[in-house]
Amino acid sequence: MLFMRKFFLLSTLSLSLAIPSFAQMDSLMNMLDKGAPAKKDDVSATFKATRIINGSSVENLGFGVLDFRIDHRFGDINDSKNFFGIDDAETKLALDYGITKWLMVGIGHSVFNKEDDGFLKVKILKQEKTGMPITLSYNGAISIQTTPAPTLPSGDTWEFSNRLYYTNQLLIARKFNDWLSLQLTPTIVHYNLVDSTKFSNNTIAIGIGGRIKVSKRIAITGEYFYRLTNADMLYSGQKTYNCLSIGVDIETGGHVFQLMLSNSQGLTERTFIGQTTDSWSTGAIHLGFNISRVFTVVKPKEFRNTPTSWE
Amino acid sequence: MLGSTALFAQKYMTRTGKIIFDATSKKSPEKIEAINNEVANILDAQSGDIIFQVLIKSFKFEKELMQEHFNENYMESDKYPKAEFKGNITNHADVNFSKDGTYNVNVTGKLTIHNVTNDVTVPGTITVKGNTIMAKTRFSVVLKDYKIEIPSLVADKVSTTTTITLESNLTQK
Repeated sequence: MLFMRKFFLLSTLSLSLAIPSFAQMDSLMNMLDKGAPAKKDDVSATFKATRIINGSSVENLGFGVLDFRIDHRFGDINDSKNFFGIDDAETKLALDYGITKWLMVGIGHSVFNKEDDGFLKVKILKQEKTGMPITLSYNGAISIQTTPAPTLPSGDTWEFSNRLYYTNQLLIARKFNDWLSLQLTPTIVHYNLVDSTKFSNNTIAIGIGGRIKVSKRIAITGEYFYRLTNADMLYSGQKTYNCLSIGVDIETGGHVFQLMLSNSQGLTERTFIGQTTDSWSTGAIHLGFNISRVFTVVKPKEFRNTPTSWE
Repeated sequence: MLGSTALFAQKYMTRTGKIIFDATSKKSPEKIEAINNEVANILDAQSGDIIFQVLIKSFKFEKELMQEHFNENYMESDKYPKAEFKGNITNHADVNFSKDGTYNVNVTGKLTIHNVTNDVTVPGTITVKGNTIMAKTRFSVVLKDYKIEIPSLVADKVSTTTTITLESNLTQK
């Protein structure tokens, strides 16, 4: 009995010494967990950049972020007369801006056809870890070809509307895991002017794009636009092909550098989706790169006015 | 009964504590720093036990791209969403929680960042004012200790140690 009592005393003693801090920690932990705001866990960084290669990705610029872009495509890689395309490059300069975290706009100028374009991209749904399985965005663009008007034999005037093209796209993307993201891009491009009345003014296409992350800072990308209608459309009398591009995204400190091979030299939806006259089968592909440099125009509220460190 | 009520009343809590971290390298042209205004913090005045919890995704950077890289490449916040400190104010007996004033304290415990836990001991202050207390500390963390790699590409910008400044205003629960 005495032994039992001693044992009992000892065990309660040791318990009272050992357990309280653990039990107390747990109860503190419970208090902290209880009533913690339920956070929707958005999935981020589906793609590294706002373009997969030529086409838009579901990524938006953040609020107050300005992106200066230089998109460059060399000429046909099999054109030895032009130093394998180096001497025959097309460039697009663009400025994109994030108005809110779900709305971004951009303007650009392409050397090819002296084309000016503007677009607006709206994020409608955002993929969540549990719940919403996809990110859905709308991308709408308008472009104006500003080359000098041709002299018409009948003396007719060259309508301004002849210069306009419209693009409407839905961007449906899912980040499957750390390394794989895919995007479907149903698209309608409206051409106010086509080569002949034989062709429809609307080209319906479905884009499929994706990225495979091979390291923390490098990803392999691919993008294909398959035309469901109007695939036989000629452009300036030439046969057109679906646009296929493969690329690499390289992330450095302040920007993402995209390198690619594509059979399209054009840099707007209306050119690469419906007016690509080069084909991978003949080796008429183009080496190119996109450089994007972002600037924070409007600081996040945490960084406004207040000093960022205190004593 | 009385005892347990008294015990319960000696817990202080907040969900809006602040952490600033600064990992700017000496030669860096831009600041590598972030603010988190959603730090959860609880303190038991009786035992001196103290817990901090923070969601990595709640750190705000001035540059959004930096924030994305921080989450994706350095902290891997999809895999390891939280950082946590569980510890004890070793000299909590020196703090009179019913008397206004500022007290120097030492806190020791386990700090978990990027799924790596290390024992840390840091100095801090506790300022008692009525039913509220303000906890403050500043200390350095060696990133390597938490398996956070700084690639050579950004070594001139991102320091291998980061200064963590914390300020938390807790109210009695």
